[in-house]
Amino acid sequence: MLRIERAIYDLIVAHARRDHPDEACGVVAGPAGSDRPVRFIEMLNAERSPTFYRFDSMEQFQVWKEMDDRDEEPVVIYHSHTATEAYPSRTDLSYASEPNAHYVLVSTRDPEKAEFRSYRIVDGEITEEPVEII
Amino acid sequence: MAIEVRIPTILRNLTDGEKAVQGKGATLGELFTDLEARHPGLSDRLVEGPGLRRFVNVYLNDEDVRFLGGLDTPVTDGDTVTVLPAVAGGAG
Repeated sequence: MLRIERAIYDLIVAHARRDHPDEACGVVAGPAGSDRPVRFIEMLNAERSPTFYRFDSMEQFQVWKEMDDRDEEPVVIYHSHTATEAYPSRTDLSYASEPNAHYVLVSTRDPEKAEFRSYRIVDGEITEEPVEII
Repeated sequence: MAIEVRIPTILRNLTDGEKAVQGKGATLGELFTDLEARHPGLSDRLVEGPGLRRFVNVYLNDEDVRFLGGLDTPVTDGDTVTVLPAVAGGAG
């Protein structure tokens, strides 16, 4: 289960809306081993694409280094799908590389109501989990 | 002195759980070959054919080696190499 503060949930959805129709992406860091997503970090989508995202490699390096220095880890890795449901695609599955992260997908296909769902992706297997907003 | 290589979580099953390993070589490619001798399987996760795997980022100190010389990038004792899997995906 993903437990996430309302304020961070809102920041993720707002980022997804702002970048629509391109995919938005980012990280929520938290103390290593805590499973608490507390530090919201919006990332650039280096692809600037409506169907693909990739963190900019230098920005990722800086952010990962900063997390390491602060003894944090990426608790949530989020991105948006802008025309399809908030479910991991084959592409998402093949590049998922953080077995400890909650993979959050937000769909902005409906202009009124955002879909916000969370998954674990380990060894090529997708498991959806409940999201509790606190 | 040697070259320190920082290993991401997902590849630590190949380094007995170590976050960083040491190696040597004159180029990044040689360094990976050297690591492979002690950590079998690691090289295959980093290298594909003549180059780096597309969705693996490798940094020499603070620079992405794609903007240096890829596997031919010269490395020296005291350097730090960081491996990070690219974070990527999308509706496709």
